Amino acid sequence: MSHANELSIKGTRNGLVINIPDDGEFDYVLEQLETRLKSTAAFFRGGRVALQVGWRSLSSQDIATIGEILDGQGVSLWSVFSQSESTQRAAKELGLEIEAGAVAPGASRRPADLKPSGEKGKSEQAIFVQRTLRSGQKLEHPGHIIVIGDVNPGAEIVAGGNVVVWGKLRGTVHAGALGNDSSVVCALSLFPTQLRIGTHIARSPELRPPKTKSPEMASVQNGEIIAEPWISS
Amino acid sequence: MSAKIVTITSGKGGVGKTTTVANLGVSLALLGKRVACIDTDIGLRNLDVVMGLENRIVYDLVDVVEGHCRLRQALIKDKRLSELYLLPAAQTRDKTAVTPEDMIEVCRQMKNDFDYILIDSPAGIEQGFRNALAPADIVLIVTTPEVSAVRDADRIIGLTEAAEKSNPWLIINRIRPEMVDRGDMLSTADIIEILAIDIIGIVPDDEVIIVSTNRGLPAAFDNKSAAGTAFRNIARRLEGEDVPFMTLKDSGGFFKRLVKLVRQS
Repeated sequence: MSHANELSIKGTRNGLVINIPDDGEFDYVLEQLETRLKSTAAFFRGGRVALQVGWRSLSSQDIATIGEILDGQGVSLWSVFSQSESTQRAAKELGLEIEAGAVAPGASRRPADLKPSGEKGKSEQAIFVQRTLRSGQKLEHPGHIIVIGDVNPGAEIVAGGNVVVWGKLRGTVHAGALGNDSSVVCALSLFPTQLRIGTHIARSPELRPPKTKSPEMASVQNGEIIAEPWISS
Repeated sequence: MSAKIVTITSGKGGVGKTTTVANLGVSLALLGKRVACIDTDIGLRNLDVVMGLENRIVYDLVDVVEGHCRLRQALIKDKRLSELYLLPAAQTRDKTAVTPEDMIEVCRQMKNDFDYILIDSPAGIEQGFRNALAPADIVLIVTTPEVSAVRDADRIIGLTEAAEKSNPWLIINRIRPEMVDRGDMLSTADIIEILAIDIIGIVPDDEVIIVSTNRGLPAAFDNKSAAGTAFRNIARRLEGEDVPFMTLKDSGGFFKRLVKLVRQS
């Protein structure tokens, strides 16, 4: 990846990525960052960003300073990608993600990158939620999400991996949100407002959900999201 | 005496929060309880109008909070029931004139003088709602059988849970049995299926409400009004009484049901 001498902020499928140039005084970088954030504060607010720092070596103090600037604009720092080992160590100390490969901007995110087969790392862990997700509530996790309870209309689930709902799924759901088209969504009653898997989007038919229905599993087949009844054999 | 603080809220506007507060206030007072109603809809006050006390307002909630008067001076006694009081909202200010802490403090001062403090929440999920929610012991959520109202109620339930209030109760207002029968309106069962909370009242759509609201004479005074009866039943349930839900029937009730029975057999 080539680095210009300018700081850049890019939107990627996985949220915002701030590219910090390899050269230039750190103070100047901070100044640039602040100016850029202020001019577009409303756009970033409430979001989370990843930092792409290339070969630049940053101390945990440096990263914390950047984190504070971001916090000041209502943005949270969740990840630092770097080729520099000392920067990686510093980020780790602060409890930030350092998995560069999975979400680097512009890098292709082939399903193979995220295959659940035997890969370690936080992004492949599942979270387990035992309650009803109500309108306005959002659940985001880089791994799999399992819900025991209903997901009501207006609620949102975004998972890097698969989504399993032991209950009625009527909100918006995105499985494989990091670009993994091989993810699946399962629910006892699958009637989401909108269902996304990887880069695909489907809407439920605009009918009232039927009263009795078998559990279903949705997956991408031949470039289309297909929901099939779950019949145990 | 330590009052139960009941906040009535909905998220969506126009579903009947203020009507519910006025009627529950009257119903509880008719049961011999000492009741205070607080209107927290600062800038858009209505409860005083619905209770017919508009022309008696001298001081309001904001005056109390800002120390312009004593609490006792701002409380307006109802013209018919001596045990029913109203603390009106200010009309010239906005929601930021009061904080959640102010509300808790006002309720603390009133707690020993009443059996119930009913708080009328404004629509929305912003500061006005947070003010109304802060002191609540019990939260009643009003919805109507419309998808949009139910969606907002769901959001409010989520926020109520997040504020660590105990389980809210649901009031379904303005239900029209004949429309439910035709499949043109969400039924009680449809709403419960989504919201999954306990229900404390089902209030039928009733023209009497509009007339009584305009007159400032809550329908709960009217023994013949179906909605009035439904509100009196909610008051009894708040008191812990086990009151069965009314069978709602449309005007041609008996005959139509007979026809249905014949068709079914």
